[in-house]
Amino acid sequence: MENNYYQPEIECADRETIRKIQSERLVSMVKRCYENVPFYTRKFDEMGIKPDDIKSIDDLSKLPFTYKTDLRDNYPFGLFAVPKEDIVRIHASSGTTGKQTVVGYTRHDIEIWSDSVARAIAAAGGTKKDLVHIAYGYGLFTGGLGIHYGAERLGAATLPVSSGNTVRQIQILQDYEPDIICCTPSYAAYIGETCRDMGIDTKELPVRAGIFGAEAWSEGMRENIEKLLNIKAYDIYGLSEIAGPGVSYECSEQNGMHVCEDYFYPEIIDPDTGKVLPDGQQGELVFTCIAKEALPLVRYRTKDICSISHEKCSCGRTLVKMMKPQGRTDDMLVIRGVNVFPSQIEYVLTKLGMEPNYLLVVDRVNNHDTLEVQVEMTSNTFSDSVKDICKLESKLAAALKTTLNIGAKVVLVEPKTLGRSEGKAKRVVDNRKI
Amino acid sequence: MLINQLSIFIENKPGRLSEITETLCKHKIDIRALSIADTTDYGILRLIVNKPEEALKALKEEKITVSLTHVIAIAIPDVTGGLNKAVKVLSSKGIAIEYMYAFLNPKSQTACVILRVEDNEKAIASLQDGGIQIMKSDQVYTI
Repeated sequence: MENNYYQPEIECADRETIRKIQSERLVSMVKRCYENVPFYTRKFDEMGIKPDDIKSIDDLSKLPFTYKTDLRDNYPFGLFAVPKEDIVRIHASSGTTGKQTVVGYTRHDIEIWSDSVARAIAAAGGTKKDLVHIAYGYGLFTGGLGIHYGAERLGAATLPVSSGNTVRQIQILQDYEPDIICCTPSYAAYIGETCRDMGIDTKELPVRAGIFGAEAWSEGMRENIEKLLNIKAYDIYGLSEIAGPGVSYECSEQNGMHVCEDYFYPEIIDPDTGKVLPDGQQGELVFTCIAKEALPLVRYRTKDICSISHEKCSCGRTLVKMMKPQGRTDDMLVIRGVNVFPSQIEYVLTKLGMEPNYLLVVDRVNNHDTLEVQVEMTSNTFSDSVKDICKLESKLAAALKTTLNIGAKVVLVEPKTLGRSEGKAKRVVDNRKI
Repeated sequence: MLINQLSIFIENKPGRLSEITETLCKHKIDIRALSIADTTDYGILRLIVNKPEEALKALKEEKITVSLTHVIAIAIPDVTGGLNKAVKVLSSKGIAIEYMYAFLNPKSQTACVILRVEDNEKAIASLQDGGIQIMKSDQVYTI
């Protein structure tokens, strides 16, 4: 297949050119952070770092890390580096408690994010002649709008279907004949199986490629999706704190994802010591948003575990590759494409005056993720009335839906069922085989 | 006039009920009356026992989810129409019954009916006005 680049001047640039760009951008970014973000001013001062100490990308490891808790502590807009009038977009994703993680973008930030996604779509063979079917949710989550703006940037036509209503998604695939589909991998498999159950031959559908992300997926799942939908399935990675989808993307080699490192500089570190690790070694993925204006995060710890590689890629791109994340350093789950932190459940329970004793049981049925929240029924929340207990269950389910942004089945259990463990309690049972 | 009924939360799993009866047996608690409200996933076991405070303590020690609920016990003659009379008194005064369960008292040829209502005081006054006998707690615990 002929290689399709959106910005070959950077995607295939020599390493020296890329490095020069990164150094320039880092130096400028550090100044912006120090001058405009009180959080970073304090942090740099505490560590005795002056913006002038950073002369090139090699000095990056002198800088402190940024954590999700820093975003939470400065909720909602405390880490923004520009005045309100320069913000053109706000997105939010799951936080670790009741508050979401809020991110902002200037016009320039939207442009670089869109460029990144355009690169991803081009790498999947997309061109301005294509119709891109977007079945990621549109809203505060970065998935839908992220792909949308990237597709428009490329010059392709967008089909902003959003998620849900699978029969309609299939009708659209048949009637509007999109060329590329974008959604979560489990939803892609679900669409494929629904087509099969409806007796629709996906070989007849013009869609030829899919770009899937927002949750972990294996080579086994890729094979399954490619077979069910008769397409080539590409991976895409991102997180709202850095931009959204498009931080990295798979190419025709389908072996690792090229990082838009001219915008989002990656490092792999030892999560315990913070030491930067060499290529090929697994560790925590860290990004520095060297080109962003609104929320230029310094060495943001993603908690995703993977390795990076500068090895030559057959696609011709020279941008560093990251391998598929192999897990997390925390207990975050991704359920139906949504990030869920067990601590969010704790937050809801304590807010409702209940003991935070619970167990999350995650499963996947027909490619659809399910979440069951088992909650302890203790004497102080217990009522002699079935009606009252039902009310409590409903209240709990509604509160969880509001905080988690996905629906969960609430099951009240006896204290004995959850048991007590010495040390950290087991809070999650994930029965999915991804 | 108010009876202490034990209300116990049980999951719909084999063995859960026997844990409770085992605990009560161990502490030499006698059950006088029993009823279970069941739903798909759990049930509420309601018990009248001879020593409710002791039973509560023993069950709590076993980490069983339990509480005490105030219910009313009435004694009605074991004849046709006996229950009808009592129920009519309550409905005439607009008193809703949340739940009830009944058992025969072999010693006195009466039936004992346990009632959970929203307003105990109002219900007791209405029943007494209507000539229905309210049982005292020690009478119930030692049936």
